[in-house]
Amino acid sequence: MKRKTLLSAVIATAMLAAALPGALPAVAAPDPDNWQKVLEEADGQTVYWNAWGGDARTNRYIAWVAEQMQADFGVEVEHVKLDDTSSAVARVLGEKQAGNDDEGSIDLIWINGENFAAMREQDLLFGPFADALPHFALTDPDNNPEVVTDFTLPTDGYESPWGKAQITFYYDSAQVDAPPQSIDALLAWAKQNPGQFSYPRIPDFTGSTFLKQALIELSDQDAALYQPVEDSDFAEITAPLWAYLDELHPHLWRSGRSFPDSGPNLRTLMSDGELSLAFSFYPTDAAVAVMEYELPPSVRSYVLEDGTLGNVHFVAIPYNSPHKAGAMALANFLLSPEAQAQKQSLDMWGDRSVLAIGQLDDSDQAMFEQGEQHPSALPVDALSNTLAEPHPSWMTALQDTWLERYGVN
Amino acid sequence: MLRYVPVLMIALLVIPVTAGLGMVLLPAFGYLPVLGGEQLSLAPWQALFSQPGLWRSVAVSFSSGLASTALALLVVVLFLAASQGTLLDRSLRRLVSPLLAIPHAAVAFGFAFLIAPSGLMARLISPWPSGWQSPPDALIVNDPWGLALTFGLVLKEAPFLLLMSLAALPQLQADKRLQLARSLGYAPTIAWLKVILPALYPLIRLPVYAVIAYATSVVDMALILGPRLPSTLSVSILGWFNDPDITRRFMASAAAVLQLGVTLAALISWWLLEQLVRRFSRHWLTNGSRRRGAATLTVAGRGGLALTSLTALAALLGLALFSVAGFWRFPEFLPQSLVLDHWQRSAAMLAAPLVTTGVIALVATGLATLLVVAALENEQRQHLHPRRALWLLYLPLLVPQIAFLFGLVVAAEQIGVRPQLLLVVAGHALFVLPYVYLSLGESYRRLDPRWLQVAQSLGISRNRAFWKVRLPLLLAPLLTAVAVGLAVSIGQYLPTQLLGAGRVTTVTTEAVALASGGNRRLIGVWALVQAGLPLIGFIIALALPRWLGVTQRESNR
Repeated sequence: MKRKTLLSAVIATAMLAAALPGALPAVAAPDPDNWQKVLEEADGQTVYWNAWGGDARTNRYIAWVAEQMQADFGVEVEHVKLDDTSSAVARVLGEKQAGNDDEGSIDLIWINGENFAAMREQDLLFGPFADALPHFALTDPDNNPEVVTDFTLPTDGYESPWGKAQITFYYDSAQVDAPPQSIDALLAWAKQNPGQFSYPRIPDFTGSTFLKQALIELSDQDAALYQPVEDSDFAEITAPLWAYLDELHPHLWRSGRSFPDSGPNLRTLMSDGELSLAFSFYPTDAAVAVMEYELPPSVRSYVLEDGTLGNVHFVAIPYNSPHKAGAMALANFLLSPEAQAQKQSLDMWGDRSVLAIGQLDDSDQAMFEQGEQHPSALPVDALSNTLAEPHPSWMTALQDTWLERYGVN
Repeated sequence: MLRYVPVLMIALLVIPVTAGLGMVLLPAFGYLPVLGGEQLSLAPWQALFSQPGLWRSVAVSFSSGLASTALALLVVVLFLAASQGTLLDRSLRRLVSPLLAIPHAAVAFGFAFLIAPSGLMARLISPWPSGWQSPPDALIVNDPWGLALTFGLVLKEAPFLLLMSLAALPQLQADKRLQLARSLGYAPTIAWLKVILPALYPLIRLPVYAVIAYATSVVDMALILGPRLPSTLSVSILGWFNDPDITRRFMASAAAVLQLGVTLAALISWWLLEQLVRRFSRHWLTNGSRRRGAATLTVAGRGGLALTSLTALAALLGLALFSVAGFWRFPEFLPQSLVLDHWQRSAAMLAAPLVTTGVIALVATGLATLLVVAALENEQRQHLHPRRALWLLYLPLLVPQIAFLFGLVVAAEQIGVRPQLLLVVAGHALFVLPYVYLSLGESYRRLDPRWLQVAQSLGISRNRAFWKVRLPLLLAPLLTAVAVGLAVSIGQYLPTQLLGAGRVTTVTTEAVALASGGNRRLIGVWALVQAGLPLIGFIIALALPRWLGVTQRESNR
């Protein structure tokens, strides 16, 4: 009998708890415009920063940021290492659906592109806050539209820029004389060097970026790519891409029967000698890898002659974060010349700065001096030719079609 | 008090599993109001069945699960049959518990390093005699049929099944049976297979079933070794649950139910296999043939286990090499230089996850051991027969994790319990408890009751006898059970990830997160740490009683 009573008590409590969604009053969000107040509130908070954890360099940099935040602002930063950013989006969505509107488990999220689009669409983000960050002006947003545009969508202050990426190819100059300079040339090169190139398996973002790069070069419909995919004839525009991939795949690593897991995984395969041509979203990737014994010193970096796809990555704050002040303080610190210079340093991560460096004070500019150019790094002027990201809906549509066509072999 | 423990224990195991399953079953049919599903529908199933490659995923999950279990069982049975107590046999046996302790993910990483076209094995034969200057372009790891996954699973399952068999064997008075059979002229190996195995199998049946359930639904190992286009069902489910597209949640739930069906189908197939084997072996068992095939079986028995154990060891060695490797290009067998950079760079980040891992493992195992000992003590005092409700204890092992953990998170959210450290501890206890029970149960029941009768006849109360007589006598198996529990907890990936909202980081979640980056050197560091932790537990479990035992004996003199 006793057991039954206990059980029903538990069930009753459970049902009661379930029947009272949002019984607590919503915590007032801090006002981004009162920065002093934000910093005061941030002191003592713990910020759970959800960021992809597949790359040791990023993790190393975030660990450094955490130390600084603790020392300078009394904010504890916990890096929640994700294997896929979409899982964090799914978590916030799940929390919203469960009525958890002010005790969310994520305070800051490293994001861009279709994940940002998805979160905005579902109203999962806090903002606008980015314009109020004191360091935001250093990015010179009026002259650098890429820091307020994410895959063609205006950020509207719902995310704050953090770093810049651009597709950069690298090859082992000891094995390869003339690396391909365009997507078309890549096909010819792959035919001559079977099994020496590959791209990460979709839906990995580096792999998806390769698809977009190929689509931009192969289709003559550039304008359509910057509008929602629903507005154009997807099948027709992408037909050249699929024809290209059909022809390319048999000449890829493992004859296209399997694909690497991620961008860093391409690097590992280069390191093992399985590939002799690869690419990364980080222009400094190859140089850092050489410094860390992952790649041979004969590796060289370059971008395709008609330019490569580049984008800015951001940080955003979920609407139900309980530590928004801490998250804003962190987002602002990430934009400081000190943090940006550290990030760009090859010893730390090598991710390019979003600041308008030419407009900084001389002393701040000096922090970005890297000394001698690393032979495996890109020449400084090589990144001028950046292609913009298509509308995020293209990425999702490309991913779905790729999985339908090549997802089973 | 004591008499409520079994009920409490079963409730603790059954309620979360059923709640989790319920919260998966409802959305599988479109119903989950918090996610916007208001009425029952078959739409999630239609979406699921239109997924490209679904049936391949199902086929690979099913076949790798069954094949790996069958192989592992074969290896174990033949080894036990061939084992003669020689030095080699004994050292193989001793190797087993440490191998059991090494988490699945670490073994998978090491195994992948070993067999990859640019891995240690290919380097061993390159450039001579293979003639490979660069790695062959062969799809070995992540092969579409899940063979790498199957063999990887065997490496972990064989030690488990062997340990379970060794624990069960003493009940059978194997030596007497064997002596009798051998006096009738049976070769030792044949004698074992004919008189011991038929009695042993029923005792290790549940562990075998647990292995099948695990192998058909494993996530971390399949992420590392399994096929990619498409992945195993379990890995696909993980991706769908994590998809920002909310409609995928319903489909993922349907897929989780499908996973339950796949595991069930594998269990039923195994049961049918059992019946077949039983029917067709009846003649062989009684045909009086005493020696035929003995030599082959003996060689196969020793060779099989030696091969799996050595492979696992070599895998660990590979991890160790990579963790200190400088530049290391194919086909060099050894790195050009050995550096400590990777360890130094990781050291700072290791501390916090190590502490978390330790705390979770200790609390979960402590809790589980307490409950198990209380339940076993109750069983002894009430003179209960253990078998009836036993299978309920195995529920968390028989129901695939991926099928109920997502539901469990939803269920917990519903009653206002947010993902956090405590929830992770509770989740771990769910999986630790059955293993602790498995490893401790038999020794507990086998302890000669006369020890306690003597103690009580000397006027010592039951409780005092428990502390003064039973526990000291059972110290060795108790510590082994604790070590098993710690190992199980340390290896948990999915429960930690889901119940902790990713905020609770252990060495295992860190190692798997790094896996997507593919940096072998760092993975080597983390996987070694991950493997080292439970090893420490096992070393203590082995050394402590010996040390205590020695001092006791000395004081007796």
